[in-house]
Amino acid sequence: MTITTKRRGSLARSEARQALGFASPALVGLALFTIVPVGLSIVMSVYDWPTFGDRTFNGVDNYATLFTSSPDFWPALRNSAVYTLLYVPLSIALSLVLAIGLGPRIRGRGALRVLFFIPVVVPMVANVLVWKMMLQPQGLFNGLAQSWFGVTLPNFLADPSWAMIMVVAMSVWQGLGYNMLIFSAALEQLPESVLEAASIDGARGFRLIWSVMIPMISPSIFFATIMTMITALQVFAQPQLLTGGGPGNATKPLVMFIWEQGFTFGDLGLAAAAAWILFAIIIVITGVQFAAQRKWVHYEH
Amino acid sequence: MSTDTGIDDAVEQTLLMTSEDEFVPEETGRRAKAPRTRGETIRLIIAHVCVYLAALVFIAPLIYAFFSALKPNEEMFSMPPTLVGSQLKWGNFAEVFEYGPFWTYIGNSLFVAVAGTVVVLIVSTTAGYAFGRLRWKGRDAVFVLFLATLMVPAEVLVIPMFQVMQWFGWVNTYQALILPFAFTAFGTFLMRQFFRGIPFELDEAARVDGSGPVRTFLQIILPLSKSAVAVLAVFTFLSFWNSYLWPLIVTVDYAQLGTLPVGLASFSGLTGTRWDLQMAAAIISMIPTTILVIVLQKHLVKGIAMAGLGGR
Repeated sequence: MTITTKRRGSLARSEARQALGFASPALVGLALFTIVPVGLSIVMSVYDWPTFGDRTFNGVDNYATLFTSSPDFWPALRNSAVYTLLYVPLSIALSLVLAIGLGPRIRGRGALRVLFFIPVVVPMVANVLVWKMMLQPQGLFNGLAQSWFGVTLPNFLADPSWAMIMVVAMSVWQGLGYNMLIFSAALEQLPESVLEAASIDGARGFRLIWSVMIPMISPSIFFATIMTMITALQVFAQPQLLTGGGPGNATKPLVMFIWEQGFTFGDLGLAAAAAWILFAIIIVITGVQFAAQRKWVHYEH
Repeated sequence: MSTDTGIDDAVEQTLLMTSEDEFVPEETGRRAKAPRTRGETIRLIIAHVCVYLAALVFIAPLIYAFFSALKPNEEMFSMPPTLVGSQLKWGNFAEVFEYGPFWTYIGNSLFVAVAGTVVVLIVSTTAGYAFGRLRWKGRDAVFVLFLATLMVPAEVLVIPMFQVMQWFGWVNTYQALILPFAFTAFGTFLMRQFFRGIPFELDEAARVDGSGPVRTFLQIILPLSKSAVAVLAVFTFLSFWNSYLWPLIVTVDYAQLGTLPVGLASFSGLTGTRWDLQMAAAIISMIPTTILVIVLQKHLVKGIAMAGLGGR
């Protein structure tokens, strides 16, 4: 009796030891490259912390500076908001339409899915270069408009309001295939019996999609919306490469602001503070979405 | 409380999708073989036309970019626009490599992506095993800590991470490109979820046969998890291959240490008005991942279904 308990104890101890061995690379890495930086980031955000040179504690000055005397911060916040509000609904709606369109009756839909997925996986820089070329004043869009319809289009990347629309358009095109695959996977899992029952009840076409398919895949739509919104708030490469944040600061989102403060102006403290504000915004918005999900997300159990 | 169940359900729901192995277009396509009325046939044809038109519009920029890469530079913005130039200058693709250190960029990207993937796979499978199948005190608390770190966006981390790299003296080194973002909790989470789905009787049987955790892990759990490991590998590779912000920050000497995205961006700055070369370079950089996607499409679909992870 005592022997077995004792044995069990040593067995458990050895298992615990071995578990620690298995987990230690991850634990060390996580401590070194996530937990330490997160702690450091908090510290940096309350310091005047230049890339090189002396650091001085300055309390909430960085945060105050951002909100009161940093000329680009509010515009960056606004740009991130505008981008997110345009990008998320467009991207979700279009990828949903596409996923439903690529239903089981479409021949070659496997190949089509791959095609829609290509811009997701090739380097963003390459995608942006292609769009930049097309959006030049002498480029494809304006060229076609002029020679087909005799209309001169605005200079997309130099016009403050058009520049943001083009950043959004390019991003929607680039990211469409990703959510499409999430939705396709969800649609694929719909039980045949439910769809059949619905069609026997007379639901077809739009009605079937709106009242049966969409509610049933609403957990996936919820998931995709949250992830898409988070990535939208973190947008960087598209505006940085397409417009350089311009004209002026019309397309400079928060992450680009952070990057500029930190690595162009060498003010790491201010950049860290701005990053925390971005994080807070992400948390709040995600929280709101979770609170709102009861209203529209439908779970089986 | 209610929020917790919410995310669990969402994750559960998405994870459940993997239980079925893959899309089976042929099988579900059987429905199409049922006798059809004329109206249905017409609707089906219209659906095909719409979908294929959408696909054409969608892919048009890439087709246009490809043919632009073959034009002489003077004809890039000819009026009216043409798809194909007066001649096909395949030499543009070769000229890219003379204009910039493109092989270096490709080599760097390849090295960083492969090394990063290896690190991620080792770390994620071992930690996933410890969290998913071994019993130890404090396991669940530590795991929650792991998951909590998933919420910290990379943008918050890059600023202090750059400082840490300076302290280590790692700025402008390969290890700075590889290690900092190789320890995210995501892979661990994914592998843990997968490992927990494997029947625990297997471990017990192995233990009765006298094998310890290491052998159980290497000879039973890992071989049963090939598909999950493959999915994680593909997505990790893609995210390293396409990553832009961090390499932009942590490398200084792009000609020597630039990865493909950073190299491509600086290349477009160098070539200025040579749009033909920029397009050729863009097309070249698209080739490897496009091939990867075509070859591994089933794994990609599975990976997306698994948890919506990806190379973003």
